[in-house]
Parts: sequence; structure tokens; C-alpha cells
Amino acid sequence: MAVYNLLLNGKKVKVDVEPDMPLLWVIRDFADLKGTKFGCGMALCGACTIHLNGQPARACQTPVSSVGKNDKITTIEGIGEGKMSIIQKAWIEEQVPQCGYCQSGQIMSAAALLKSNPTPTDADIDAAMSGNLCRCGTYDRIRKAIHRASEEMKIAVR
Amino acid sequence: MENTQNSRRDFLKAAGLTSLGLAVGISGFTRDASLKKIAPAVLKLEINPFIIIDTTGNITLVNPRPDMGQGSTQAVPSLLAEELEVSLEKVLIVQSDGMGKYGSQTSGGSSSVRELWMPIRKAGAAAREMLTTTAAKRWNLPAAECIAEDGKIWHKASGKSLSYGELADDASKLEIPKDPKLKEAKDFKIIGKYNKRLDVPERVTGKAVYGLDVDVPGMVYAAIVHSPMIHGKVASIDDAETKKVKGVLKVMKTERTMPHRTSEAVAVVATNWWAALKGKKALNVKWDNGDYAKSVDTAAYFAATYEAAKKEGVNFEEKGDFSAKYATAKTKLESHYETPFLAHAPIEPENAVVHVKDDGNVEIWAPIQGPDWAMRDVCGYLKIKPEQVKINVTLLGGAFGRKAYHDFLLEACHISKELKKPVKVIWTREDDITQGPYRPGMLSHMQGFVEEGKITGFHHHAIGESIVGQVFKGLKDDEADPWLSEEISTGNNKYQFGAASKISWTNVKTDIPVVWWRSVYASNFGWGQECFIDELAHLAKKDPLTARLEILPDERFKKVLDTLAEKANWSEKLPAGTGKGIAVFKSFGSISACCITVSKKDGGVKIDKVVSVIDCGHYVNPDNVKAQTEGNIVMGITAAIKDGITFTNGICDQSNYHQFNIMRLNEAPKMEVHIVDSGAVPGGVGEPGLPPVAPALGNAIFAATGKRLYKLPFDINSIA
Repeated sequence: MAVYNLLLNGKKVKVDVEPDMPLLWVIRDFADLKGTKFGCGMALCGACTIHLNGQPARACQTPVSSVGKNDKITTIEGIGEGKMSIIQKAWIEEQVPQCGYCQSGQIMSAAALLKSNPTPTDADIDAAMSGNLCRCGTYDRIRKAIHRASEEMKIAVR
Repeated sequence: MENTQNSRRDFLKAAGLTSLGLAVGISGFTRDASLKKIAPAVLKLEINPFIIIDTTGNITLVNPRPDMGQGSTQAVPSLLAEELEVSLEKVLIVQSDGMGKYGSQTSGGSSSVRELWMPIRKAGAAAREMLTTTAAKRWNLPAAECIAEDGKIWHKASGKSLSYGELADDASKLEIPKDPKLKEAKDFKIIGKYNKRLDVPERVTGKAVYGLDVDVPGMVYAAIVHSPMIHGKVASIDDAETKKVKGVLKVMKTERTMPHRTSEAVAVVATNWWAALKGKKALNVKWDNGDYAKSVDTAAYFAATYEAAKKEGVNFEEKGDFSAKYATAKTKLESHYETPFLAHAPIEPENAVVHVKDDGNVEIWAPIQGPDWAMRDVCGYLKIKPEQVKINVTLLGGAFGRKAYHDFLLEACHISKELKKPVKVIWTREDDITQGPYRPGMLSHMQGFVEEGKITGFHHHAIGESIVGQVFKGLKDDEADPWLSEEISTGNNKYQFGAASKISWTNVKTDIPVVWWRSVYASNFGWGQECFIDELAHLAKKDPLTARLEILPDERFKKVLDTLAEKANWSEKLPAGTGKGIAVFKSFGSISACCITVSKKDGGVKIDKVVSVIDCGHYVNPDNVKAQTEGNIVMGITAAIKDGITFTNGICDQSNYHQFNIMRLNEAPKMEVHIVDSGAVPGGVGEPGLPPVAPALGNAIFAATGKRLYKLPFDINSIA
């Protein structure tokens, strides 16, 4: 066991865990943030997508020992910084979720996309979102919600 | 779920402290369910009725359909809110707990609105009448002058009002009207209207609580080593390396209890699940696999289905002497259509928390489709009474039929009984993919003939493992699977064949565990039926739409197909290498048709567009009907062009999403869904959109390429 100091959603969190424990289980079961989900354990489904220093990362393949104390970890709980983000609102407007289990990961991937590319084309969305599986089949609405969020962000900037 | 837990507390508070309230219970969820009042005194005992209006005006509904994404936590309270004249936000929802008094509580068979449409509305209407009568009495005015609106009873002329809370106590003393007047459809304010689902915000903020998210004080975690050939016995366990893993508490033999048989398994119990998983990977279990390399094998199974196709099956129905007429028919055709075994693969893997306490009482937190079935299974397994079991149903992170099969729940029961601690069992994705149960693979042996340019003879011989037989042990060898009635019977699907028709069945058994999967057998047999109708249409030199309309006298089917033809622009001229295919199928009370357009691309085809039409009769939220149908388009195409499950020599050839691929966003085609407003009795919504999708695709590929596909899945990028 070893002590790790993490910067999780802007807060300092101290955990005492095995070095090889993936961030997914640290976040869920030691920092008690359950919004990040387990789906495959092999970075195949994207349900565990978080941001590490603003970049999307698969928490199930990120050992806690690989994360430094100044690395910024953001989860679905921290994405709106206390408020509902434009992306989450777009998800509600388009009524995207069915079961909703994969949607934390979908939203984290979409947030990273829109940050680097505020006006993505369909091809950009394909490239950024194809790592996130949804068994309910909400893809058409995810695409619409990303376009909607992109429009809303333009308005917000003006 | 956070909301649900809060409302659960509110509810118990209401039930316990506010004894003077109006409570209307429903006995049994059938259309003619009788209403019975639950006396206020009973409330103190917490024998909860379905609907409680307490004296503070809170309205609580006990929802007997767990939400796995199909929207039951909106659909069910909408039925109540409509009749009770309150907004949806006013209804607190409590998930039912599996106790017998709530009747059927399983989300399955696309049954939520179908079965609750009348009983919940009747209960709401009865309560409204009782509240109205009470207000009228208090004012000494005729009830006809009073109306219910916005949670109050109003006297129209004077504008005075009394809230439901103010009336609930007195209203509860009235007899429940046996035949309350239901609202007419034209007066609906909620039913049939677009409304946002109130549970969506918690599902986009990470606050929704699924089974995987349950934490119970003192809980330990378990990972399970299952038999690689599913039914093997543990020969030896070497746990030396596992015991070195920090956090591992115990290695123990456990068992996986399926409805038809029990397998041996080994549990690794730890202080956290990562440690349990590491311990599982370090564990060396030797298995005695008996002869399962032979009997858990899909190639052997399908070979047996093709053998069975050479013989007569058991008749499910026959009109005319099909065999005789087929023998002498001049223009006839015979084909075999195959569909694979499939995993449900919900993104939330199977998991459950169970606490078998020292006193023998049991508490459960789990993502399960039916707390009533879970209650039956847990009580049977632990040999205890329902009164000793408290079931907390969480949200389900997808299910598609899988989470109404309780092997994972009973594993948690077994381990907790041994440890007397709360135990959280989490299956890995590999457990989910390699262990089943699966949708059974099936063979459709088709025969048909045409006379004078019309399809007049049709035989569907459905062949494969029976869910009724394996899961319920409810099928005799000389009996056709009764579930065919909901799937391919002509009584359900309405095709009228002028000369003769036959539906027959042969049960080919397997040791591979099977269970219902979204739309059950319709997901298999829709492929055979609708591709073969297409083949016969071409044999008759008819347009596939025209050929169908000729043998479908039913007005609702006609309307669905006409709507599809219009919305999908069926008659448009297409360039060479582009084609459209259609299919129509009725399942779970609703008719759905699909038109897919494909075009040739690089040796395969590309799906240009999917248009689906559904007539599900009365529905609650058109947007949710569309969402479910969109989901069915994605799952239906996935089942056609992505991976099936295969077993070779007892071992599943797929293990995770890299081998059991499901459709990804970049592969999702453009899609449109249209609803036919028939105003008929409600049909299902969660499943009926799926069966026509794969055959529409197969028929489109034939139209574009001339290549007829018979076996699912196929590689859409290589249509030779």
C-alpha cells in the first residue's frame, strides 16, 4: 500500500492504495465518486472516461501511481464546476440517455472534443466518440447533442 | 436514484406518520384489475398500497416496473398524473420491492404501459372521483359542478378550491368507485404528449445510482472464477498466489445457480474489488469438464438444427394441407435462415449486493428487472420467506433481458450466507460474454410457393433451443414452443396465405445457457420470415411492398406499410448499386416496419438511411417511443453485422468488446422514426422496433447487389 495525493475535481484527495490500482477504482471506491463507470476493464467501452489534465483518459487503464499530485483529474461530477455544463444541458434537451450508464463517459469524451474543437463536423464527432460504446443505441442523439452544445457555446461566447 | 431514495424515506414517513390519507391499491396488474382501498390503519403497518395521497398532499406511486432505460419511471407515473390531474413532478416514485401484494413487477415483454394502462389510470380516476365527491359534500354542492385540476378540487362557478391534502382524510372514508370514469383521449394533457424525462438530469451528472454504485457499510467485494465450459466441476484450487494479493480476505468455493442447473465456481473475496480481481487472475483452478467440450459447441448445435430441418417438426398451426400443396406447387422455394447466439452485453455488468444477516433476514441491492422474480428465486434458494427479504431495486445500466436471470444475485446470496457480511459481487465483462445466458441461435427452415403472381403458400419451421424448455423446464418433446404465438403465428403477424400455411417447431437442445434477449424469438425468426417473404415476392415478380400488401388484409399493418412507403420514399428511382429493403413484424402488441437504403461500397455496402415506423397504439411519450425505436435500429443492425457468440470445444470464442463488437457511433446510420397514431390499445415499445431491422437490411442488400444473405451475422464490408 502507498499513499497518493490526488487533485480530483479541484480538491486534494489522499488515498492509501496499491500502486497498480486503476484510477477508476480509486475514484469510485476510495474517493466515493460513483459517476465514473466500469464497463470492460480493457479501455474498449469508454464508460470510465475522465480527463487527465484536460485530455480524455480511460480510468480503467490508468494506474494511480502514474498520476502526479499536480495532475488535474476531472470526472463527470466536476465537469460543470458545480453547475450543469452546456454539454449536460444539451444532453437533456436532446433527451439522450436511456439507461444512462455510459453517458458519463460519453459526456467526458464530448467535453474534451468541444474544448479542442468547438465546431466539430460529423467526421470529427465520429473520430472523437467512437471509443464510447452505448448498448441502448443513443448515438444519433449524442451526435445531435454535441452539435447543439457547439451552437450553445457560440452563443455563450458572444 | 438519489431522488428515489429520498422519496423512499418520504414515503415511509408518509406511510408511518400520516395515517390519515387516501390510499388506492391495485390487486394484480391486469386490465380488469379490481380496485381495493387500503384502510388507513393498514398504512401504519406499512403494507404499502400503490398510490398514496397523504394529508400534506404528497402523492406517492409504487412503480412495479424497474427502469433499465426504457423510461418506465416516466411512463407509469404519467398514467396516474393524467387521471389525477396533477403534473408529473408531483408524483413521488418508489420502486416496488418484490412483495406479492404488488403483483407482477418484472420489466419484460414490453409490458409496462401495456399492462398498467388501465389499472393505474383506473386508480387515478377513482381517487379523483373520491376527492371530488368529498369536496362537493363539504361545500354542499353537486359534484357535477366540481372539477379536479392541478392537485385541487375546484368549484367552477365560485372559483373556490380545496387541495388534495385537505380532502385526503375524508376521501379515504368513501367506498372506492368500482367503475370510475376515465378521461377521454382527446382530453389527455400528459399521455401522448412530449414531456422531458425527469430522470435525465441525474443520468447526465453522474448522480444516478446503478447497482454497481451501491455502498453498504461493512461490505466486502467478490470476483468469481466461473467454469470455462460453464458446467465444469472444480477439480482443484491453488490459491497460493491469490493469498499474497493485498486485500484478499478469502478464497471459497461457491456456485452459479441457473434456472435449469447449478455450476461450481470459486469466489475471491477482498476488501475492494480491484484486489478481488487481482486475486482472481492469480488463482489457479483446475476443472473437470466432463463431456462439455462436445455439448457446449455452437457448430455442433447448428449442425443439429440443419439435420432437424430435414424432418417434419411439431405443428404449431396449419391452415390447409401445406405439405401436399407444396409437393405439387410449380413455382416454389426453400431456404434456411440462421441467426447466432448473442450476449446482451449491457455496459453495466452483472452485479449485486446481498447481506444475509445473522438472524437469517436478507437485504438486497441490485440492478434487476423483476423484484418479484428475484424474491421467488432468493426465497427458494435460501429457503426463507418473503417477509425476511428486503429487495432494493437500483437503476439498471442496461439489461435487455439479462438482468431477469438471477445467477449473479444468487452467487452473492451464497457468498454472503457463508460470510454473514454484505457482499458485492461484480462480474467482469469476460464473465458476461463467456458465461451467458445468451439469446439462442436459431434456424428458420422456410418453404413457400406462389400462384398467379401471388404468395399463397408459406411454411416457417422454427428450430432451436427453447427458452420455455430450458429456463422454465416447461416444454414437452411433442409440444411446439408456445411463445411462437407472440412471434411468428399468422394470428399475430396477420399474413393470409390463400392456399396453405404452416408454422412448425423442432426443439434442438444445448447445454449453452439461453434466455430472452430484446424481442426474444422475434429477433431470430423475424430474419427468416421477412427475408423469405421478400424472396417469394421476387419469385412472384412483384414489388416486395405490393406483395406484402396483397397478403396483409389487416388495416393497421396496411397503414404502417403505407406510412413507411411514403416516409422512406419507397417508389423513388434509385441509381444502380443502391437498393431499399423493407420488412414488417408485429411483436409484443405493436406493429413495426423498417426500410433501409444501402449502396455498394468497396466490395461491401454502406447503410445510407434507416426509416422505421411503429404503431404501438396509445403511447405515453412520443419522444420515448422514438428513442426506444432508435435503440432497436442500432441493436438490430448490430445483431446483423457485428459479432455473434460462438463456442468451440466448450469454450466461448469471444471474451470482451474487442471480440464481441457492438456498433459504435461512427458506424451508426442516419435514422428516422415515425409513429402511426392508431389510438388502439397500447402495445409494447421497448422491443417491437427490433425484429424488422435485420431483414430490412438483408432485403436492401439483395436489392442493391443481387446477393441474398441467409446467415447472421455477416460482414457488411464484404458482400461477395
